Amino acid sequence: MVNVPVSAKPPSIPQSGGADRKATKLAARNLNFFYGKFHALKDINVEIREKSITAFIGPSGCGKSTLLRVFNRIYDLYPGHRAVGEVILDGEDILAPRSFPALRAKVGMVFQKPTPFPMSIFENIAFGIRLYEKVGRSEMDDRVRDALVGAGLWQEVEGKLRQSALGLSGGQQQRLCIARALAIKPEVLLLDEPCSALDPISTSKIEELMFASRENCTLVIVTHNMQQAARASEYTAFMLDGRLVEYSETSQVFTRPSDRRTEDYITGRFG
Amino acid sequence: MIGVVTRRRTADVVSKILMGIASAVGVFFLLWILWTTLKFGIAGMHWDLFIKDTPPPGTNSFGLRNAFVVSLLLLGLSLAMGVPIGLMAGTWLAEYGFRSRTADTIRFINDIMLSAPSIEIGLFAYAVVVAPAGHFSAFAGSVALSVLMIPIIVRTTDEMLSLVGRDVREAAIALGTPKSTVITKVTWRAARAGILTGILIGMARITGETAPLLFTALNNQFFSTDLSRPIANIPMVIFQFALSPYTNWQEMAWAAAFITVVFVFALSLLTRLFLGRVRVQK
Repeated sequence: MVNVPVSAKPPSIPQSGGADRKATKLAARNLNFFYGKFHALKDINVEIREKSITAFIGPSGCGKSTLLRVFNRIYDLYPGHRAVGEVILDGEDILAPRSFPALRAKVGMVFQKPTPFPMSIFENIAFGIRLYEKVGRSEMDDRVRDALVGAGLWQEVEGKLRQSALGLSGGQQQRLCIARALAIKPEVLLLDEPCSALDPISTSKIEELMFASRENCTLVIVTHNMQQAARASEYTAFMLDGRLVEYSETSQVFTRPSDRRTEDYITGRFG
Repeated sequence: MIGVVTRRRTADVVSKILMGIASAVGVFFLLWILWTTLKFGIAGMHWDLFIKDTPPPGTNSFGLRNAFVVSLLLLGLSLAMGVPIGLMAGTWLAEYGFRSRTADTIRFINDIMLSAPSIEIGLFAYAVVVAPAGHFSAFAGSVALSVLMIPIIVRTTDEMLSLVGRDVREAAIALGTPKSTVITKVTWRAARAGILTGILIGMARITGETAPLLFTALNNQFFSTDLSRPIANIPMVIFQFALSPYTNWQEMAWAAAFITVVFVFALSLLTRLFLGRVRVQK
């Protein structure tokens, strides 16, 4: 056990034993977030490596999902929610007052509860593509097929693309949502507890999808499942009470955590 | 202890009996109205009702073609005016107004309008359309009926859109969808069965409304689709013919009332069908 003062600031760059050549894709600098008067995120400094899977773990209410919602500014929908600080994506601060129209094309999000749109399976995938591209009929067929193949869903839905997506099982719906998000080729994909409502088989299919996607995309996942964080991610960040406590390579966080609170959490002493 | 249980059982039985009696009284009068309408309405049914226009007094002819056709025209025009306004207003409340003070005030006023007497709506339409124009018209009648319909559509649209989960909207926004597209392509679609139910309820509400038309569309014994003039319509025909001394006119009034009841019944069945789909979608 390493004795580290609890008050020491965690590194914003993940600590790694080997040579870490990956560039920073997304970074938060002195980020604070408020739900009205409630201070939900406190001085978050974190750099997410490109084309990697970064997991955020921590007890309920620690601010993991809030941080994700800042990364694609979905909090903008709700009055009284505000972010202070910087979130840098490819050198640009996405929190700047001017509008950032292309942000959500670059930063996709998948939510905890599967959210298929009330339309056919085909239209669910095509919906996002049509927002950004004028695609002909046969090309759209190919793009939808590729998205469903990538999500491991093609064989299950091949003959029923025109049927309502609401008729799929929970696991299929969540894979459809991931396919829909990936169809517009985002550079970053945020996943907020994507497997929490799913069975183990659906969970493993989604994890395979995540591994396959990281070649072209940076993934950030929030999870309560520490086993999932340990097996699916390369970097893990532990949060507590709105603060980033520790951020390192996953193997280090789970075998040699440098902060006592991290060790207490992953060993189940609290959370 | 036993006394308390006995008292509660007695109160339970007495309440059930009283509620049963109240239900029976209500259902009795409803069935009596339906039976009377059916009995006299079927007696007055005639093929000529649908192929000939309203006959002059003192003849033995039957005909309500002009009233049926133009009533449908009036209904269609009222829908064309009332549905877009009601839909947009309900959408604003659910998607932009939320629980703001302005939105809650609008909801309160809308609820008052829901129970406003229809004759007052007719007077309003008279003041803003008939009086400035200097004559009665079908258009004024449509304005009156649409004002009656709008609060119903506003209310049901607001409530149905509020039932659509926040997560579906966020998922659409997270793709980069503009808000207007989220509303038209996602939330309206998710709530379409409920919104359509509201429109059908609105239609049922204005079908058979007579008071607003007394001051606006008036009546016309000829077949005319000129919207700038008074036109024939079923409620006014029923009103006029029922009070007349002519037997064939009285029979036609009952037949018209019967057909109106059948039309409203069909709309209610459709409404229940869509409501069933809303429950399944939840």
